[in-house]
Amino acid sequence: MTAFFQNVVNALQWGSFYALIALGYSMVYGVLLLFNFAHGDIFMVGAYIGFFVATAFLAMFGAATGLIALPSWLILLLVILATMFLTSFLGMAVERIGYRPLRNAPRASAAITGLMIGIILETTILAIFGAQRMKFPDMLPALSSAVQPVVGGVVISWQKILIVVVSIVLMLLLQWFVSNTKWGMAMRAMAYDFAAVPLMGVPLNRIASLTFALGSALAGAAAVLYSMAYPVLDPYMGITVGWKAFVAAILGGRGSIKGAAIAGFLLGFIEIFSATIFPSTYRDLIAYSIILVILVFRPHGLFGEEHTSKLRL
Amino acid sequence: MSKRAILIVILLISLMAVLAACANAGGTDTIKIGINAPLTGDIPKVGEGTKYAAQMWLEDNPELEVGGKKYKVELVIEDNESKAESATKANTKLITQDEVLVIVGPQSSKQAVPAGGVANDNKTPMISPWSTNPATTKDRPWVFRTPFLDPFQGPVLAKFATEEFGAEKAAVLYDVASDYPKGLAEYFKNAWEEIHGPGSVVAFESFTTKDADFSAQLTKIKDSDADVLFLPQYYNEVALIVPQAHQLGWDKPILGSDSWGSAELTKLCGADCYGDFFSTHYVAKGAKGATKEFIDRYKAKYGYVPDDVGALTWDAMNIVKKAIQDCGKITGDIEKDRQCVRDAMANIKNFEGITGKMSFNDQGDPIKCAVIVKINDQGEFEFYKQVCPEGMK
Repeated sequence: MTAFFQNVVNALQWGSFYALIALGYSMVYGVLLLFNFAHGDIFMVGAYIGFFVATAFLAMFGAATGLIALPSWLILLLVILATMFLTSFLGMAVERIGYRPLRNAPRASAAITGLMIGIILETTILAIFGAQRMKFPDMLPALSSAVQPVVGGVVISWQKILIVVVSIVLMLLLQWFVSNTKWGMAMRAMAYDFAAVPLMGVPLNRIASLTFALGSALAGAAAVLYSMAYPVLDPYMGITVGWKAFVAAILGGRGSIKGAAIAGFLLGFIEIFSATIFPSTYRDLIAYSIILVILVFRPHGLFGEEHTSKLRL
Repeated sequence: MSKRAILIVILLISLMAVLAACANAGGTDTIKIGINAPLTGDIPKVGEGTKYAAQMWLEDNPELEVGGKKYKVELVIEDNESKAESATKANTKLITQDEVLVIVGPQSSKQAVPAGGVANDNKTPMISPWSTNPATTKDRPWVFRTPFLDPFQGPVLAKFATEEFGAEKAAVLYDVASDYPKGLAEYFKNAWEEIHGPGSVVAFESFTTKDADFSAQLTKIKDSDADVLFLPQYYNEVALIVPQAHQLGWDKPILGSDSWGSAELTKLCGADCYGDFFSTHYVAKGAKGATKEFIDRYKAKYGYVPDDVGALTWDAMNIVKKAIQDCGKITGDIEKDRQCVRDAMANIKNFEGITGKMSFNDQGDPIKCAVIVKINDQGEFEFYKQVCPEGMK
């Protein structure tokens, strides 16, 4: 039983990364009917941005060397916000350079562009920083050396609590933004009808940029949290996570925020429990077979709706 | 495509062909040695160590005298991106396009096993400085290596853990998609069960390359009641697994293999790895003689203590040198020269390398000792114990 609950805790942490990254795929698909295959690499660049922001902020505000010493939770918050801000610009740039010129091209071209942008981002990072692994600094040394909460033999760890809570807060914020603001309404309208809504005076390009900015900001936040849990950075770290999060986005139902979030966690649970119940060698085989079966019965995902011919298909 | 575009493409291709041809025109007075190393990809530090050691060797040996005539030495360094496909491609290029006499590399078994096949099929001598999987040289008369093998390393570690920690039950976590960890995990398991009986490896868990979360496997391992955890992984993965194991409450010893032996390990892993043990080919701290000389020179030149891969590459380069000199003459006929170098290499006996004395057996594998290293509280690799094959001291 202890092992079961331990794995629930493990899966919550692992699933929150899938969920945060899947949201970026899902939103872009919902609004622009486009699979942004560069998203996993935007996440990877986000981790590098986070690395430099964290190193700089720790030097500026850290207790040992800082000019103004700030508490470490505040530094972490600043690092997450700054990384989200900077990564959103990367997302907008990708949209402006890679996707906007192809807006009326066949959709396969746009998908291929995404793959190419991904490769360009990987090799650019490789060229700038070399293939050397980088170690993400310990953001909350007090927390990781503190006594970890253990409930009935289950090690929960402060870091896991932090990651899951921050992820859920970000998802709720996104949900609020999309359903309660004018910009969010414009996004939803665009998702509803790609052709007519721009005619009503909703600026298509600005909404596209906004969608990419939001998705990438979430990827940036995910990258900082991910780097805290798995502190070794490399230029290819975004590929597998990106692909799996893409699966979560499809599973959740294309364009559904709630769906992507829930499917992200579901994917985390399926992966962790496949490795627990079956020999770990077959983890991905079993995990993704389960997802295939779900999709066979629910081809539009858990919360997706069937697309009508109005949409640009 | 318009006609003009096609024309431009043809022009570009022919330009590349001309350039390639120019690059090839080396003349007969040079000896070309190919280096196939992972300069980018998963284990770049290994590639860097290979390149630096080879370049340092080149400084000492800008020319080789063979049969009374001096030949200029040229290194052709190819990146294999730490991928099997790229390593075979690099070998093919080195053999057919650059026409190298002998190839040093690739380093990890994942690349060395397939690349060794290419070298063997093309009758070009190849020596891998770091690959420890038996398949690399098995039934391949043209392929050699400088490290000891996994079937030797597995039992060494099993015996060490039994004697040192009094362990009876062991757990293993390894990458099932990579030749080296998978092979070593199995040798360790066999050796362990030979000592402690079947079922004494209580958790035999795996993952696939690029995984970052090991919590499910580690939870199983923690609950399996094992006394020791064996991690035959590369340093970048070790730096992820060991802290996660500690976070989940694992406080028993962790044991590694020679793939741990990188200067990067303690940088990435930090205090989490202090106090752990691994087996390797050589240890820098406390080295003497030619080994110390090599370490000091390397450190002065590149600013850090060389990993085992640097030392093994250095030995491989010197074995190549000895083989070329033993061969006695360079005819200019590349096929004949390659045959001559291969035969000379197979005949090397009691070669005094900086990683120990070695002779090649009929499979092209050296017979030599292993070292057990402890990572001390300063994060340095410290000599702990030497373990030799039976009948050798």
